[in-house]
Amino acid sequence: MIMDCNCIEPPPGDELLTKYQYISDFFIALAYFSIPLELIYFVKKSAVFPYRWVLVQFGAFIVLCGATHLINLWTFTVHSKTVAVVMTTAKVLTAVVSCATALLLVHIIPDLLSVKTRELFLKNKAAELDREMGLIRTQEETGRHVRMLTHEIRSTLDRHTILKTTLVELGRTLALEECALWMPTRTGLELQLSYTLRQQNPVGYTVPIHLPVINQVFSTNRAVKISPNCPVARLRPQAGKYMPGEVVAVRVPLLNLSNFQIYDWPGVSSSYALMVLMLPSGSARQWHLYELELVEVVADQVAVALSHAAILEESMRARDQLLEQNGALDRARREAETAIHARNDFLSVMNHEMRTPMHAVIALSSLLQETELTPEQRLMVETILKSSNLLVTLINDVLDLSRLEDGSLQLDAATFNLHSVFKEVVNLIKPVASVKKLSLTLHLAPDLPVYAIGDEKRLMQTILNVVGNAVKFSKEGGVSIIAFVAKVESFRDARIPDFIPVLNDNQFYLRVQVKDSGSGINPQDIPTLFTKFAQTQSPTARNSGGNGLGLAICKRFVNLMEGHIWIDSEGIGKGCTATFIVKLGLPDRSNESKAPFVHKILGNHGPTNFAGLKVLFLDDNGVSRTVTKGVLVHLGCDVTTASSSEECLRVVSHEHKVIFMDVCSGIEGYDLVERIHQKFTKRQDRPLIVALTGNTNKVTKETCVRVGMDGLILKPVSVDKMRGVLSELLEHRVLFETI
Amino acid sequence: MDVGQMQRQLVEYTKSLFIEGYLDSQFLQLQQLQDESNPSFVAEVVSLFFEDSERILKDLTFALEQKIIDFKKVDAHVHQFKGSSSSIGAQRVKNACIAFRGYCEEQNVNSCTRCLQQVKQEYFIVKNKLETLFRLEHQIIGAGGSIPMVELSF
Repeated sequence: MIMDCNCIEPPPGDELLTKYQYISDFFIALAYFSIPLELIYFVKKSAVFPYRWVLVQFGAFIVLCGATHLINLWTFTVHSKTVAVVMTTAKVLTAVVSCATALLLVHIIPDLLSVKTRELFLKNKAAELDREMGLIRTQEETGRHVRMLTHEIRSTLDRHTILKTTLVELGRTLALEECALWMPTRTGLELQLSYTLRQQNPVGYTVPIHLPVINQVFSTNRAVKISPNCPVARLRPQAGKYMPGEVVAVRVPLLNLSNFQIYDWPGVSSSYALMVLMLPSGSARQWHLYELELVEVVADQVAVALSHAAILEESMRARDQLLEQNGALDRARREAETAIHARNDFLSVMNHEMRTPMHAVIALSSLLQETELTPEQRLMVETILKSSNLLVTLINDVLDLSRLEDGSLQLDAATFNLHSVFKEVVNLIKPVASVKKLSLTLHLAPDLPVYAIGDEKRLMQTILNVVGNAVKFSKEGGVSIIAFVAKVESFRDARIPDFIPVLNDNQFYLRVQVKDSGSGINPQDIPTLFTKFAQTQSPTARNSGGNGLGLAICKRFVNLMEGHIWIDSEGIGKGCTATFIVKLGLPDRSNESKAPFVHKILGNHGPTNFAGLKVLFLDDNGVSRTVTKGVLVHLGCDVTTASSSEECLRVVSHEHKVIFMDVCSGIEGYDLVERIHQKFTKRQDRPLIVALTGNTNKVTKETCVRVGMDGLILKPVSVDKMRGVLSELLEHRVLFETI
Repeated sequence: MDVGQMQRQLVEYTKSLFIEGYLDSQFLQLQQLQDESNPSFVAEVVSLFFEDSERILKDLTFALEQKIIDFKKVDAHVHQFKGSSSSIGAQRVKNACIAFRGYCEEQNVNSCTRCLQQVKQEYFIVKNKLETLFRLEHQIIGAGGSIPMVELSF
């Protein structure tokens, strides 16, 4: 029925409009259906979408709207009631859903909006974190740089390298334009530009140290920002248009060795250097805190490294000094040794050279004595002869002096006439004294023994020396000699504080005082008088002529005689007194001393005829063999000669009483002795073996004793000497000549 | 010339030898040893010395002419020579030998050669002197005189 449909039939002209409406509805429906599909598709694609329920609702809403529009398509034509019902249902549903959606959206849309805000916030945060991370990375890199810098600085002990490296590395790490180091000058009043980064050879700019800005920097151990216009920062000419970059300065303590105290490091440093760092101009960079900290750390490290370098320098210097001193000491020692050798050589050569003319003098004086002489002349010749003999003794004693130093000199001990010793000295000196018109007096105490036991020769030498000096240094007046026995009480003398007299009944102390009225001695010079070769400096003192040896030798002799010698003087021009005390023995009236010595056996003591004494003589030099044989034959011996060890061994027999062996002609006599000892086991049968040598060496003597020889005598051997030797040997069966 | 003059001449000559240092006391010792039992002791010893010396000098010259000089051997020869000359009392020869030994130790060729020349020279001089001395003695003996014995004390 047409009445069923309540719709109004459209006017017949609106067919076009109806058509358009129809098409539009269709498309709308299409669109409406496709939107949820798209939504579903994209939501499925996205992982996060918290509002599914909203979507469902929205989807439902859209679908229903689409359904409505679709159903609308049928309502353009006549349609049945069913379509109308469906249409109405759809519309009702759509209305419900859309209202519900609308209501829901009110809740949802603010949320959605706030998501956007949160997103923005997170983005900002992310950006900030990025920045911070960038910073941290920079810092960490800087830290690495510092470690590397420190390592570089501390890996060298060269001051220059340390400073240069510091500047280079700092410049690189902090990207500086310029970096400079100002060191204090020697005066400490100025700072001098010592190192820069960019300029190769900084010209010596100096800046006075007491500028306020410098004081400010030195007063704190932090890095201080300073103005780019202050003198220390103005190193390069202004670039012009750019603002100079910020400048920071920090102090670098210069530590000396004395600054190291364990609990107070770096303590108080006496001087600082100034390090100035400039950022590039025009870069608008600013000094960050961490960069300042970096600079401070570096400055400390540099200080430490510099101090190490300084210590090293010091110790190198000390070592060099020590080396030098060692070298100098070595040289001095060698020089001293050379000097000693030279002196010894000199002494021995001079000794030899001196003997030769002396022999001539002695020989000729003896010859002169044999001729016709007036008594006066005879006296003079005898004096000459005696003086020459004494002189020969003195020459021997010059040699003795070196032996005195070894301590190898031994005094002879014999009985002699003490009084005559003094008289001889006076006789010897009297001519000289009378020429100078000096009076010479001798006073011997009445209790002075006539005979004494001691070394006559050396005592006479000592007295002669002392008296001689007295006469030498007196121009007028006189010299007096007093000799007496010293009493023990008189030893408590201030001048000989260490002297402890020790006497037994057979000994006495002889005290001799020689007083002169001569030029005197300055009391200050007295200690040096007894020093060998020392001469006092003042012209009036006792140094004209003389070799300075006399008093030194006297002192040694006196010491050997367990005595003491000293000189007193009031001063220049007041004369002086020389005193000495020596210990001598008292002769026992009953028996003479029996020391075996050779010097005195020059007279005709003992048997002069060794008739038939069988002697064997060994020498490889034909001439000296003949000569010595002659000597022995002259004395009546029965001599066999041998020219080699083998021959000697072949020829020797128990009949030979003595074997003389020349040990300096190259025969190794020493093992020959051994073999002879082996051949003759019984001591009584064994011949005495005596060595003949020209060598005045202690070592030779010791070797002879050691190998078991019975004696040693020195060449040349005269007839008289040989006589003495033989008698001594036969009596005592041993004879070692004093060398 | 009469005996007395000759004797005085001999004494003068002997004296001069001592003054000039050609001879020393050892020679006197030799003279002392000469007596009736041993009338020509001195002459014997002296001629032995001359023989010995000529031999040694020849050896020395030979040794020093070698390309490679054996200083030990040279030293041994000089030592021998020194020994014999000091036994005779030929003082200057002995001194020259001492110096020679020093140079031998240093192994100084030039100085050694020079020393050898010096030693030879001294030896010939002393040989000459001794021969003159003996000639004078023979003259005296020939003329019937006796040799004046010189007693010297040393």
